[in-house]
Amino acid sequence: MELVEEILNGDFRAIAKAISMIENDGSEKEELIDRIYPKCGRAVVWGITGPPGAGKSTLVDKLIEQERINGKKIAVIAVDPSSPFSGGAILGDRLRMQEHATDPGVFIRSMASRGHLGGVAGATTDAVKVFDAAGFDLIIIESIGVGQTEIEIIEVSDIVILVLVPGMGDEIQALKAGVMEIGDIYVINKKDHDGADKLEAEVNYMLSLKEGDQTKNPVLLTSAIHNDGIKNLISEIQIYLKNIQESMELQKKRKTRIKQEIKQIFSGKIMYEINKKINTEIMEEWAEAIYNGDISPYSFINKKVQTFLKEQK
Amino acid sequence: MTKKVRVLIAKPGLDGHDRGAKYIARALKDAGYEVIYTGLRQTPDSIVATAIQEDVNFVGLSLLSGAHKELFPKIVELLKENKADDIIVFGGGVIPDRDISFLKDNGVKAVFTPGTPIADVISFIEAQ
Repeated sequence: MELVEEILNGDFRAIAKAISMIENDGSEKEELIDRIYPKCGRAVVWGITGPPGAGKSTLVDKLIEQERINGKKIAVIAVDPSSPFSGGAILGDRLRMQEHATDPGVFIRSMASRGHLGGVAGATTDAVKVFDAAGFDLIIIESIGVGQTEIEIIEVSDIVILVLVPGMGDEIQALKAGVMEIGDIYVINKKDHDGADKLEAEVNYMLSLKEGDQTKNPVLLTSAIHNDGIKNLISEIQIYLKNIQESMELQKKRKTRIKQEIKQIFSGKIMYEINKKINTEIMEEWAEAIYNGDISPYSFINKKVQTFLKEQK
Repeated sequence: MTKKVRVLIAKPGLDGHDRGAKYIARALKDAGYEVIYTGLRQTPDSIVATAIQEDVNFVGLSLLSGAHKELFPKIVELLKENKADDIIVFGGGVIPDRDISFLKDNGVKAVFTPGTPIADVISFIEAQ
C-alpha cells in the first residue's frame, strides 16, 4: 500500500485521502489502520467540547496559534452534525481557523457526524491514528456543539476541555447531569460577558460536590476572540496531563479507550454477520409465527441463537 | 456508510458579499453533500490547501468583485502544481458572458451566473 508510506512521510494529500477512506468505510480501511498502527502512540489528544456558540472553534484557533509558537505540529478534527434529513452537512468550524490553512505544520480536517451520535464522528478514532502515525504531536478534536449526553469525546481524548459561556441561564442546570461532568478542565469563555463570574462560581460549586479525592479540575476564564487567557489554559492543560501521567491515570484512560474500541469493532462485526443472516424474508417468517401464537418469542429466539452460534464454529 | 460528495465553497479575494456563497452552501447541504465553507477573503493558496486537507471532490468559487479572470485560473493552476487537478473547479458570481469561455479555457469546468436554478448546479455535480 503506497498510501501507508506517504502517510508515514507526512504527505498531506495522502493523509486527506486516508481519512476519506475511513469515513467512507472503504474496503482497504482495515489494512491501512493495521499497517500504520505500529507507528501510533506518540501524539497527545485534546478534546474540546461544549454547547453550540460557546466559542470552541475560536478557542481552537488560538490554541493552534500558541502551540505553533511552542513548536508543535498540530492536527485538528472539527466535527459538525450531518443533516438527519438530507445526509448533507455544512462544515464551518474551520472558518475560524483559516489563518492556519497554509501553515505546513497544521492540518485541519472537517468531519461530518454522518449519523453517529455522541458528539464525534464514527471515523474520528481512526482518523486520530492516521494523524498520529503521520507525525503530528498534538491532535485537537472539536466535537459538535453538544447538548446533554453527547459525551463520546471522553472516549477519544487524553484530556477533555469543556467550554462554557455565560448567559445560557437554566441550560447550565440542564447540562449538569451529562456533559457538565466530563470536563477535565472547565473553560468559561467570553469572560467579558455578563454572568461569567456567576457561572464560574456555579461550576466551582458543582465541582466541590464531586465525591472522592480525584484530581482537581481547574476552572478558567478566557476570551478566545481577544486571545485572553489562552497561555494560562495551555499551561493548565500541561500540568493536568503531567499529573495524570505520573499517577498512571492517563495510561489507564488509554487502555479503557482501547477496550471500548475493540468492543465496538467486535460487536460491529458480529452485527454484520447477524444482519447477513436475518434478512427481511426470515424476519417475516419469524414474525408471522410469533404473531400467530405458534411459538413464544424467548424460547424461539433462544433456539435460533443456539443454531446461529453453532454455525459460526 | 457510503461515499459522500464533498464540496468546498470558497470566496477568494477582496469581496465581502457572501450571500450567494451561503445560499449555495445550504442548497448543496440539502442535496446531501458535505459542504466545507471557509468564509470571506481567502487567498488562492489557502483555498488550495483547504481543498487538499478536506479531500473535496469540487471547489466552488464565488466572486463578485470582478477579479475572477485573475483568481479562478490561479486556483486551477495551484491545484495542478499540488497534483490535485482531479479536483473539479466551478465558479459563480457576477461574471460577464464574455469571460466565461476564457475561464473554461483556463480549467474552470462550469460557471453559474446569478439567477441560475440550483438544480443546474446539482445536476452539474451529479454529472461528473
